[in-house]
Amino acid sequence: MLLAMKIKIAITAAALASPVALTVAPVASVGHSTADSAITLIAARPFQYRMAGDFSRDGKPAEAPLREARLSGDVKIMTSQVTSREYAHCVDDGGCPRIPRAPEMADRPVVGVSWRDATAYAEWITNKTGVLHRLPTDEEWVFAAGEKARDEALPLADPVDPAQAWIARYEAEANRVRPLAFDPQPIGTFGRNENGLDDIGGNVWEWTNTCFLRMMLEQTGAAQVTNTNCGVRVVQGAHRTYMTDFIRDPRTGGCAAGVPPANLGFRLIVDAQLPAFYRIVEEVALKLRAKL
Amino acid sequence: MITRRTAFLGAAVAALVATAPALAADDLKLPRQAIELVAPPFVHQHEQATKEGPKIIEFKLTIREKEVVIDDAGTKFQAMTFNGSMPAPMMVVHEGDYVEVTLVNPEANTMPHNVDFHSATGGLGGGALTHVNPGEQVVLRWKATRTGTFVYHCAPEGMIPWHVVSGMHGTVMVLPRDGLKNREGKPLRYDRVYYIGENDLYVPKDANGKYKSYDTPGEAFADTTEVMRKLIPTHVVFNGKVGALTGKNAMTAKVGETVMIVHSQANRDTRPHLIGGHGDYVWETGKFINPPEKDLETWFIRGGSAGAALYTFRQPGIYAYVNHNLIEAVELGASAHFKVEGEWNNDLMKQVKPPGPILPGKSSAADAVVQTR
Repeated sequence: MLLAMKIKIAITAAALASPVALTVAPVASVGHSTADSAITLIAARPFQYRMAGDFSRDGKPAEAPLREARLSGDVKIMTSQVTSREYAHCVDDGGCPRIPRAPEMADRPVVGVSWRDATAYAEWITNKTGVLHRLPTDEEWVFAAGEKARDEALPLADPVDPAQAWIARYEAEANRVRPLAFDPQPIGTFGRNENGLDDIGGNVWEWTNTCFLRMMLEQTGAAQVTNTNCGVRVVQGAHRTYMTDFIRDPRTGGCAAGVPPANLGFRLIVDAQLPAFYRIVEEVALKLRAKL
Repeated sequence: MITRRTAFLGAAVAALVATAPALAADDLKLPRQAIELVAPPFVHQHEQATKEGPKIIEFKLTIREKEVVIDDAGTKFQAMTFNGSMPAPMMVVHEGDYVEVTLVNPEANTMPHNVDFHSATGGLGGGALTHVNPGEQVVLRWKATRTGTFVYHCAPEGMIPWHVVSGMHGTVMVLPRDGLKNREGKPLRYDRVYYIGENDLYVPKDANGKYKSYDTPGEAFADTTEVMRKLIPTHVVFNGKVGALTGKNAMTAKVGETVMIVHSQANRDTRPHLIGGHGDYVWETGKFINPPEKDLETWFIRGGSAGAALYTFRQPGIYAYVNHNLIEAVELGASAHFKVEGEWNNDLMKQVKPPGPILPGKSSAADAVVQTR
């Protein structure tokens, strides 16, 4: 364990020296591959971000402002989505709810998981490894997804004639491209993005930790939260959407239109909770890099 | 000059004609009209009322056994169809017309088939006279003696339900010669007509809970029958597939247009409902001699029948048309959409205040009404 940490620090330091992302694996092998996912480190840099949620200005629906953002630190995130095999270890260990799965899909992304399941997995692997694992925020996900993140600004409803925007949104949603395959595919099928992450925007959408927010935009451009619903979380993938946290199998039907996420899965952020000594080393390394 | 003898002979000839109508259609020298059928939800062009006399209307139904995909997950299904669509196309004629159907069972098929028209009289609706093996065809003629929307379906002995739930069912609409009427006898017309056929499908699963697929209908028979006998469909869909009438395939209309929606279910009860709209005039049982019901929220279609509803759209937007057993609509697939263009009517509906925080101490609109009383 300690050895693994040391290796990780060394690699982290190496990565810090380089502006490009670096993939390392494995991060911390404990017993029977409880955490055999490769981790990718992506150095912080500015990126364009449009907040998730519903926005209004003067009582009318408004588009969320597109802003230049920068995360407070680098992002360490699983290179690929958590697989069925990895999830099964958590189930066998009593840490995760059992979900139905086909045995031939063991090395493919686990799907049919709710936010609650994904969170249970994060807690379990955190306890198992001593390294904090958690779902990314929507902002972190968009940053990590890079050019594969979709900034889909849908038409806004005019309260005087809500039907026009409604029809336009319906058409935009109906025009979304359906994934070619419905079943989860082998890791890497949907390609690698410029940050080195596999299968972003493929046929498995990923849970984030970001709650659904309703926000009022003030004249100054500042956003004021008027309602927070953490029973609904942002889901990211080929398009951004919102899902109730216990949903495992997204579908439209009834009044909803368009293409729902084909599958719900996840990948985790790995926040190193290192012993104080190593944390200091890392901070020094970060500061050094900031000066470069 | 008519003698007593010739008058008697004339009456005898008239009586002979009256007792032998079956050989009469061609002898009557009725005009013939061949109609090309179109795939649902669309309906071939037709007159809503006609000044012309009865005709012999010719249709061709070609049986196609084929694999289809029935949901977004790509579940494969061994369908049996008339003309390749689920449901089969809708035929429109007028009361008193003769319907002449050529039923073709191409060599490529694996099974014998036939057709039973609920609108026809005798011979098991034609089922007794239309058995065709692969490589055969048959021609059946029947007289449209009563008006309304009627199911037709395949009905081979011993396998009727399986053929029906595999897709072999459609609808005939027999219109009154002078068109549809309301309760007061005032004419009713429609600007568009859509035909929705609801299918309850029974797809077997393997030990892992995955849907099984088969190479031919025959191979699917035993497993499918086992699922059918439990009476719980795995899919309830409109027009053969989850989402067949949504998104890019949503039905369209304009504000002010009157749309006729014909809904058939050849096997199982259902209850169509237009979310955000109504049934202005509904022939729930589908038979036009009965006055239509007015202003329905949901209407009941008995298994083995087709009903018709007229609705004039008053508001633009997206309308969901569902089987209002909402489990079947949302979980099993029985949902369609209308996309309606036009101008929003604030008098009919307005969002008075958008969603916002609950403000303590401030009187809401509802409180204000109470205070004025």
